[in-house]
Amino acid sequence: MLAALIIVFREVFEAGLIVGIVMAVTAGVRGRALWISGGVGAGILGACVVALFTGGLSQLFGGTGQEVFNAGILGFAVVMLTWHNVWMSRHGRELAEELRAAGEAVVAGSKSLLALAIVVAVAVLREGSEVVLFLYGVAAAQGGGSWAMVTGGFAGLVLGSLVCLLTYLGLLSIPSRYLFGVTSALIAFLAAGMAAQAIAFLEQANIVTALDQTMWNTSWLLKDSSFLGRALHTLIGYVDQPTAMQVVVYALTLAVIAILMKLFATPQAQRPRAA
Amino acid sequence: MSNCSGALNRRHILAVILLASAAALAARGAQAEDAVSLSLTIKDGKFEPAELHAPAGRALEIHVTNLNTIPSEFESSDLHFEKIVPVGKEAVVRVRPQQPGRYNLFDDFHRETQGVLVVQ
Repeated sequence: MLAALIIVFREVFEAGLIVGIVMAVTAGVRGRALWISGGVGAGILGACVVALFTGGLSQLFGGTGQEVFNAGILGFAVVMLTWHNVWMSRHGRELAEELRAAGEAVVAGSKSLLALAIVVAVAVLREGSEVVLFLYGVAAAQGGGSWAMVTGGFAGLVLGSLVCLLTYLGLLSIPSRYLFGVTSALIAFLAAGMAAQAIAFLEQANIVTALDQTMWNTSWLLKDSSFLGRALHTLIGYVDQPTAMQVVVYALTLAVIAILMKLFATPQAQRPRAA
Repeated sequence: MSNCSGALNRRHILAVILLASAAALAARGAQAEDAVSLSLTIKDGKFEPAELHAPAGRALEIHVTNLNTIPSEFESSDLHFEKIVPVGKEAVVRVRPQQPGRYNLFDDFHRETQGVLVVQ
């Protein structure tokens, strides 16, 4: 039971952090509940499909199918997060002003919600497929599963969802005039972390071999396999022994997002523009 | 620059992604040639052998075969890899050259399955 609880909690926790951020980012946007739950649903469905085809998937690309697949969907999520941030830098301020003026929810473009729903789906799919495989394994070993496993898995799900809720509420407690800045930064770091993670998968698959020397080792300070390490890994991409390529891609992703946001930002009439 | 269209914006992002993927593919090396090959089976919830030995400073390739009746996730938090190994299948994990030391190996789906990679 404890094993089921720990594994389910860990995976739901990691997906929950991302879902919580997306919920906070879209707070007040009409129709977001549908988009986010749609993303979660699609992610769960995808997780089951991936778990079902793990055998076939891992044989692809000379045995590196899992890594290539993971890198691919992470890359996709990075594009979606980038797109969202750029979109928000263009339309976010008007939305926020309207929101404040009207004192009610505004209808945001569904395009940005779709991007975030995809990010949610990817997060749930990645973490979920491990849960499905694990629970399937336990069920198979015990011939149909047991109540202990169901209880453990359910407890893990509840605790993990609690993290999602706390992330959401925590972010909402930030004064609304800072919220846009905070969530933009969170999304950018999330994207950079995912991009570096995608590189780690490509390195694992031996597709990316350049700049593969370890840049630093902070495992004495915080192991990325520890609880806090995992949380930071999900949020900002913390790795205790990154390769040079991971660091480069991380910095590059942040830079590209920042540049695109500046490039496409709404022209400021009321606020002096920074040179 | 303020009146750039959304389509252009998407094209920019796409271009960046395409460039990055092209660079990634171009960087594909033939480094695997000189990797030291090790093998391990997972059977009855145990690693066989439970202790692997490898030379320091060489790239490694660990071939893992899952002879359990349930899926495994072959993982090392010290070496930063995790790999799902379906029932009856062999998976290959690549490890970058390491310093001498002991590195943990475990099955993340069944934590009692433990092993160690000794690099010397």
